[in-house]
Amino acid sequence: MFEYAPAPESRSVVEIAPSYGLFIDGEFTSPAEGGTFKTVNPASEEVLAEVASAGSDDVDRAVAAARRAFGPWSALPGAERAKYLFRIARIIQERSRELAVLESLDNGKPIKESRDVDLPLVAAHFFYYAGWADKLAYAGFGPDPRPLGVAGQVIPWNFPLLMLAWKVAPALATGNTVVLKPAETTPLSALFFADVCRQADLPPGVVNIVTGAGDTGAYLVQHPDVNKVAFTGSTEVGRQIARSVAGTGKRLTLELGGKAANIVFDDAPIDQAVEGIVTGIFFNQGHVCCAGSRLLVQESVAEELLSSLKRRMATLRVGDPLDKNTDVGAINSAVQLARITELSEIGAAEGAERWSPACDLPDRGFWFAPTIFTGVTQAHRIAREEIFGPVLSVLTFRTPAEAVEKANNTPYGLSAGIWTEKGSRILAVADKLRAGVVWANTFNKFDPASPFGGYKESGYGREGGRHGLEAYLA
Amino acid sequence: MTATTPLGLSDLRSFLRGLPGVDKVGVESRAAALATRSVKASAKATAIDLAIRMVDLTTLEGADTPGKVRALCAKGMRPDPADPGCPPVAAICVYPAMVPVAAAALAGSGVRLASVATAFPSGQAPLEVKLADTRAAVAAGADEIDMVISRGAFLAGDYDRVFAEIVAVKEACGGAHLKVILETGELATYDNVRRASWLAMLAGADFIKTSTGKVAVNATLPITLVMLEAVRDFRERYGRQVGVKPAGGIRTTKDAIKYLVVINETAGDDWLDPDWFRFGASSLLNDLLMQRTKLTTGHYAGPDYFTLD
Amino acid sequence: MPKKSSPVALPAEPAPPVRLSVRKTYKLFIGGKFPRSESGRTYVVNGDNVALASRKDARDAVLAARVAQAKWAGATAYNRGQVLYRVAEMLEARRAEFAALGVPAGELDAAADRWVWYAGWADKIAQVAGSANPVAGPFFNISAPEPTGVVAVVAPPSLLGLTSVIAPAVVTGNTAVVLAPDPQVGITLAEVLATSDVPGGVVNILTGRHAETAPWLASHADVNALDLTGVEHADLAAELERSAAGTLKRVVRHRPGADFTGDPGLRPMTMLLETKTVWHPKGE
Repeated sequence: MFEYAPAPESRSVVEIAPSYGLFIDGEFTSPAEGGTFKTVNPASEEVLAEVASAGSDDVDRAVAAARRAFGPWSALPGAERAKYLFRIARIIQERSRELAVLESLDNGKPIKESRDVDLPLVAAHFFYYAGWADKLAYAGFGPDPRPLGVAGQVIPWNFPLLMLAWKVAPALATGNTVVLKPAETTPLSALFFADVCRQADLPPGVVNIVTGAGDTGAYLVQHPDVNKVAFTGSTEVGRQIARSVAGTGKRLTLELGGKAANIVFDDAPIDQAVEGIVTGIFFNQGHVCCAGSRLLVQESVAEELLSSLKRRMATLRVGDPLDKNTDVGAINSAVQLARITELSEIGAAEGAERWSPACDLPDRGFWFAPTIFTGVTQAHRIAREEIFGPVLSVLTFRTPAEAVEKANNTPYGLSAGIWTEKGSRILAVADKLRAGVVWANTFNKFDPASPFGGYKESGYGREGGRHGLEAYLA
Repeated sequence: MTATTPLGLSDLRSFLRGLPGVDKVGVESRAAALATRSVKASAKATAIDLAIRMVDLTTLEGADTPGKVRALCAKGMRPDPADPGCPPVAAICVYPAMVPVAAAALAGSGVRLASVATAFPSGQAPLEVKLADTRAAVAAGADEIDMVISRGAFLAGDYDRVFAEIVAVKEACGGAHLKVILETGELATYDNVRRASWLAMLAGADFIKTSTGKVAVNATLPITLVMLEAVRDFRERYGRQVGVKPAGGIRTTKDAIKYLVVINETAGDDWLDPDWFRFGASSLLNDLLMQRTKLTTGHYAGPDYFTLD
Repeated sequence: MPKKSSPVALPAEPAPPVRLSVRKTYKLFIGGKFPRSESGRTYVVNGDNVALASRKDARDAVLAARVAQAKWAGATAYNRGQVLYRVAEMLEARRAEFAALGVPAGELDAAADRWVWYAGWADKIAQVAGSANPVAGPFFNISAPEPTGVVAVVAPPSLLGLTSVIAPAVVTGNTAVVLAPDPQVGITLAEVLATSDVPGGVVNILTGRHAETAPWLASHADVNALDLTGVEHADLAAELERSAAGTLKRVVRHRPGADFTGDPGLRPMTMLLETKTVWHPKGE
């Protein structure tokens, strides 16, 4: 057997301070009430840094700073705002190795993903929206679209810096100012982004970063001087935010959970379909809202496909996120690991057949082997609930109509996959799927020019592309 | 004509057309992802020695002479005269006219002798000529025959003719191993590469090989990936293992290691062996030797310290 | 000699009978039919008894809208455009009836013109709201708008207001359940729709107290979007919006006293559209 020797990416490219304050009005400041929390490396449980926990006074200060900055920032000619964003994009490119290592340390995702997927997309997103800043009149939202004001943005832990980019880039391009709260378990890349803003000489108050847990986020989205709320995260929290924003007139966009069907027809390009299934559910440990977590395979090829899938899964390398050959990294937190474990146990208890390849998991840290459940039906909880982990539920279907019906039979509607060599079938099925992103003969592809967002309980509004501007324009 | 094979195949055309398609973007991105594997330290040393043992050290020039071929054989048997621990290559690959010279030079060395035949590289000759070419090479001492398929017949949809030619050449090979060159650069699509791979295996190929090295597009990682999937699936279906040989354009250790990674994660362990995987190459060998020296000495090597043959 | 009979007094010419008019019964409009409220309730408006819709009527209307939605969305855009144009034609034809209900002639003109305006959008909105996306890779990538599904609408009372919330919802393939505050205008418009080739269930109109029925629509799990344009009271609007959050409905917020005479822009349509992005590799 050809074993690759360990190939760890060097940690020395990133210097993490022992503690971080809140980034408000262009400065790192201490929280008024002095609370802190620890952020850990999920692959080792090592504490990476102590981070300030923002209370209501701190959020007030941050919103006030954003409000003060809004006037001058929105009054800048678009071409000048554009140049700040281009600068940010360039600095991110220059610091991409450092930020990739930081992201893998704090999040647990494999370095090859943070290096080859997250960071390039982060820079590309700023680059894309930079160019819009002086072209908003041509975006199709009227001749003189105006910014909304202060945007309160709350982002998740699965793609910390990328979700920041998805939120901050369009907000700034359109002339809004931002108070952003990163997730509690992955605050570091947002704090490094604060330093990127300083290097870019971004005016103080245009971007403010407040770290903290759910309370901090709730306070931010309920703040009366926030004009726009943007949230990516779970459907349950999204619901709470929608309730709390009701009646206030604040604009709201939500990018929430999913339970995507990845549909494989009998005439699929089978080897690429297997890759697509693997990418669909094991990319980023399955911590992906648009993950292809339900495999719907045509019964006539199910056996063949599953045997190929299992063979392919046996080559997945699970372990040290900083090893360049790692395919599946660490689960982001103990809490998430417990949820994945619990739902998987329910899957087995409900009678689905569980399978994982043999793989040695490290002793320390949070790990979950890539897992598939076969013999799953629509009634199983693992076919309905978002697991947000490396767990695939396999169902079968007989006809295209049945595939569509099963795919749509969920309150979610974020994404879907179709695998078939027949063009007319792709178009017909894509038309019928109630999902915001449909990947045909590919999966989990993202681009700043391509709008992303859900139907139904997967949220509303789009991020990316021309469509992504609308959420930040009056 | 309806093709009939020992494998019970009755309709070659519908069988080949029934193979699953290959999505170009998907297979290329998979190959590119595998190419990012980082192989270091002891794994790299193992990989370099394995790659050397997989080389079909090749000279296929109109200007080949007995002297040139003898020098190449010497190089293949002892690639690094300064290091007796350096393994020999798998085979020397020459034109049929050079087989007697090479056979004499390699006698008793364990390094095998391969010869291109069947009107290499175009394959545009009558079947009798191709068979005579093959028989002559085998009679002169070739252990392995690298034949070319009639790409024209394949592209014209005359699968039965291509099949029949391979069957006939295989028979003419007698005990020699048959490598079937698909000339994938001329087949143009991955779907064709997959079909031609199955066609060759069904007709009795011991190896399937990408290229002659004489056209614009030679071996690539994704083409080799598709061929490795084919041999893997063929063995699963019919129980017979077939080898794979990418040829042309593989010049660096870095490239060679990418191929080993693709074997490792596609067909698996069983193909990580000179009996089942070869590199058709010439300049690759010296780069492997330089990298090998770098690993053993700890400093970078220079080309003047390796023989040019 | 026979007595000369006195002339007989002929009975007086009876006054021509006063013709009793045939009054209209204002019922609900659900699934293309005009049923009474299942509750049997009515209330009096301008001396007429009109149906007082119940929560079960709202439920039935949502069902009718859901049943009609896929086929309406699946009709060609050209076809939907012609149907909306036909609505304008029928509206013109009932000019006198709306005038009798107090709708000013200018408003009827504006309403008919608005149906025509939206009719023209049917086969253009996808080109304006969609996009071909130049992604950095060998992929075909397009985004196209699709109807969100079933839209519950608390409509403003005027004919132009009703038109301005119904037309943008249905032109793109949504179906609608509309709470009409002015029942006579609402049901008369329903009669226009019923004679305009609008398939049954595409627009459903309920009359009654929206404070009673709207909460059932706001919380209904088979409603995709909630248009609160016509809600007068901020508290009720907020309550309905909170309720809509339960299934994350798209919400068009209330605009009490809104003026509908200006250019509506795209938002009345785009607020009720989803964007679907499709990726496909490009390879030979």
